[in-house]
Amino acid sequence: MNASQKPIATGSDWNFSILEHFNDKLAALADEYRLDTYPNQIEVITTEQMMDAYASVGMPVGYYHWSFGKQFLAVEQAYKRGQMGLAYELVINSNPCIAYLMEENTLMMQVLVMAHACYGHNSFFKGNYLFRTWTDAESIVDYLVFARHYIAKCEERHGVHAVEQLLDACHALQNYGVDRYKRPSPISAEEEARRQDEREAYLQTQVNMLWRTIPEPPDNASPLPGSLNSDNDPLGLHSGGIYPPEPQENLLYFIEKNAPLLAPWQREIVRIVRKLAQYFYPQRQTQVMNEGWACFWHYTLMNRLYDEGDVDEGLMLEFLQSHAAVINQPDFDSPYFNGINPYALGFAIFMDIKRICEAPTEEDYQWFADIAGTPWRSTLEFAMRNFKDESFIQQFLSPKVMRDLKLFLIVDDDQSETLEVAAIHNEQGYRRVRDALSTQYALSVKEPNIQVVEADIRGDRSLTLHHVQDCRRPLGRSVYPVIRHLHELWGFPVRLVSMDEGRVTHRYRWPIEEESKDNP
Amino acid sequence: MTYFIDRRPNAKHKSAVNRQRFLERYRQHIKRSVEEAVNRRSITDMERGEKISIPTKDISEPVFQHGPGGARNIVSPGNKEFLQGDRIRRPSGQGGGGGAGEGSASDQGEGNDEFAFTLSREEFLEFVFDGLELPHLQSKPLKSLEEVKMVRAGLSRDGVPSRISITRSMREAYARRIAMRAPIKRALKEAEQALEAEERKDSVLRNPARVAELKADIERLKKRIEAVPFIDTYDLRYHQLAAQPQPSSQAVMFCVMDVSGSMTQNHKDIAKRFFLLLYLFLEKHYEKVELVFVRHHTAAKEVSEEEFFYSRETGGTIVSSALTLVDHIIQKRYPAEQWNLYVAQASDGDNWDDDSNTCRNLLIKKLMPQLQYYAYVEITPHDHQSLWHEYQNVAEHFPERFTMRQIVEASDIYPVFRELFKRRLNQAR
Repeated sequence: MNASQKPIATGSDWNFSILEHFNDKLAALADEYRLDTYPNQIEVITTEQMMDAYASVGMPVGYYHWSFGKQFLAVEQAYKRGQMGLAYELVINSNPCIAYLMEENTLMMQVLVMAHACYGHNSFFKGNYLFRTWTDAESIVDYLVFARHYIAKCEERHGVHAVEQLLDACHALQNYGVDRYKRPSPISAEEEARRQDEREAYLQTQVNMLWRTIPEPPDNASPLPGSLNSDNDPLGLHSGGIYPPEPQENLLYFIEKNAPLLAPWQREIVRIVRKLAQYFYPQRQTQVMNEGWACFWHYTLMNRLYDEGDVDEGLMLEFLQSHAAVINQPDFDSPYFNGINPYALGFAIFMDIKRICEAPTEEDYQWFADIAGTPWRSTLEFAMRNFKDESFIQQFLSPKVMRDLKLFLIVDDDQSETLEVAAIHNEQGYRRVRDALSTQYALSVKEPNIQVVEADIRGDRSLTLHHVQDCRRPLGRSVYPVIRHLHELWGFPVRLVSMDEGRVTHRYRWPIEEESKDNP
Repeated sequence: MTYFIDRRPNAKHKSAVNRQRFLERYRQHIKRSVEEAVNRRSITDMERGEKISIPTKDISEPVFQHGPGGARNIVSPGNKEFLQGDRIRRPSGQGGGGGAGEGSASDQGEGNDEFAFTLSREEFLEFVFDGLELPHLQSKPLKSLEEVKMVRAGLSRDGVPSRISITRSMREAYARRIAMRAPIKRALKEAEQALEAEERKDSVLRNPARVAELKADIERLKKRIEAVPFIDTYDLRYHQLAAQPQPSSQAVMFCVMDVSGSMTQNHKDIAKRFFLLLYLFLEKHYEKVELVFVRHHTAAKEVSEEEFFYSRETGGTIVSSALTLVDHIIQKRYPAEQWNLYVAQASDGDNWDDDSNTCRNLLIKKLMPQLQYYAYVEITPHDHQSLWHEYQNVAEHFPERFTMRQIVEASDIYPVFRELFKRRLNQAR
């Protein structure tokens, strides 16, 4: 360390050579901390380009859809009115990892963003098990290009409106386009393109097999529950068992493979939306960790730059102010409160893990016997690699962080008059608060649990889904528009049954006219 | 490994297509807002875009979500006085700041009931003319050749010194110099060669007279070369200006409207749209467009725009009063040599029977010879009355500059407008 050294640059102006100089510094420090990253591709862009990037949910190349336009207008409006500053960073999980720097930013911001995105997020993308499992950073950009071309081609052939309609329907279901428990095959543009024609033909034959109307010989059909008795069905036409044999959670996959009337190009688009949903799936599950990790590293790296004399006090003060704003957590009763700030929570937990490693207290030995006093760098790496928000909080949220954030648990039960404070940040409450917070980040709890249980392939071709209620929570009003979209894809009546502990609580149907007949 | 890439020069408006798609999709909503805005705004106030609001529920992208009800656990930060087991009254307004358990699936909308955004001016006008397709009329300037503009038109040998083209003059001079010196130079060369040959001879054979003669020749030729002038009046070239007829850069548009009792607000709105279109159209062609509003019942009066469209009048109708006033205003303020004169008249067709005849005469004799264009729209679902028939007579006299159409409802405006101007285009060819 040579604190007497001259800073690399001062003031708020920057140019490319200064940025490169800082980047070299950061790279050297990251190396010292053994941060494993993809190569960085740092792109300097204008405000408007940032709004563009923003509107396309961070996809560097997106297909065209009105919803992105809506997003853009919303961002633009908010920005122009000064309601929000643009996020100063945007980073894409790809190899090389693409990070955007906005030209208006001050020098401090650019350095901060480089530390945050190019070394924080980047190493997270490369290390975290969810990203490793679910996304293929090598091929995502190629795949996006493929998707854009394919959809543009479809628009040319089948009309913008038809494609838009289909995308609307797919977008409504995109959160249900993921196999949660099966490892997916990685996506690759070349292979997609190569296999696409082949697949179109193959898919169609499969679907044809499923929907053929010629009955199978009775001895081939296994009598399964749900089949009619032989008096009503002497030929055993209904005895083929229910399809699918197991409930399916991946609605889009089920649609892609089984919807009777979709044309091959439509199946391909369903697939594209599904594949992209899969790409974003890890991001939805690691918000706290991802941001916490990136904040931890920008904080650490910036402090190192200061220690080594590469930045001056002015820049450091500016940084600290900005950093404090990012990790600020307003209280629940503050007018600025908007849920838990994932940056704040994640940063607090990672900082605390480091503290537990370096200066454990009696409490820490009790709670974190396995990590207290271990080398912090490898413990942190372990935490980053092997968890998602849900399990990360369950594993690493310490009593100290709960006390610092003054977390408390409210139970809001519509059957009781009042809200109950079920637990607070004290000895009796730690575990309960931690469990509840962890559950709060579980996708399976955040999103209603809906699965396909039956496609009536021998009868009216209707599709039946089950919604398993969690804590009696019903579906929101958006259910009808969504099943309408589902009906557009499936082409035949769609039923959705809400179940609570095995009891049917509500039935939804589309087309809706049928409901009045069955449910007077 | 790190690469820096400067993407700033890259194309902007990456989202333009998506933006257009969005506008297209919510065309109906936006059109409604735009229509309201058009009715609200002044004719001349079309320079800005418009803020549009769409109810959020109409543009939401639905996903499966939890609805209210059931039991939920919410962890929040910033506990101050709560202890375990405390019971709190439910805050009014559901959820009480919910927390992330509420379903972060809906990250847009920001809790507003309205999705608001701003249309640019172009987009706004596009919606004003939606379904009407603003014709590309610009390429054909309307006939108005009274004013001329001097434009550069090649070079000439005469002109004033201030318009000398130096380059061209020097080029001419250079060419002339080459041309004039060439024969002299040739002679000089021959003389020099002869002199050289003479001097190379043996001194006995050398003819001193011949040498002296040659030397004198050379001297003379050199002088002649020097005497070729570097630049001559003959070389001078001047930029030439030619008078080119130009469409006058200023226009005045007279809006003439019947405000007698029979004209309802609906009629006026239709008329306003028509005037608006004509105004926007003229504005595309002329640097400066002035508006004069003349309304009339039995008497005509020049009024402000506000008064023109929104004040109520009753009484009978004498159209000629307005035409006389227009003529009067033209004489006084807008001489036809300097201004392009346009008149747009809207009426429901009522007129005193005797007066229609007067109108015809007034138009044919006085007004039409001065005007660029006279557009008459009759806003009525009924049969035509005498005014229409008299005007038809005028139209026969001035088939190119006088047009008349009937409008029954608002949707007719643009087709009528288009037709009026399309016909002129064809004739201009």
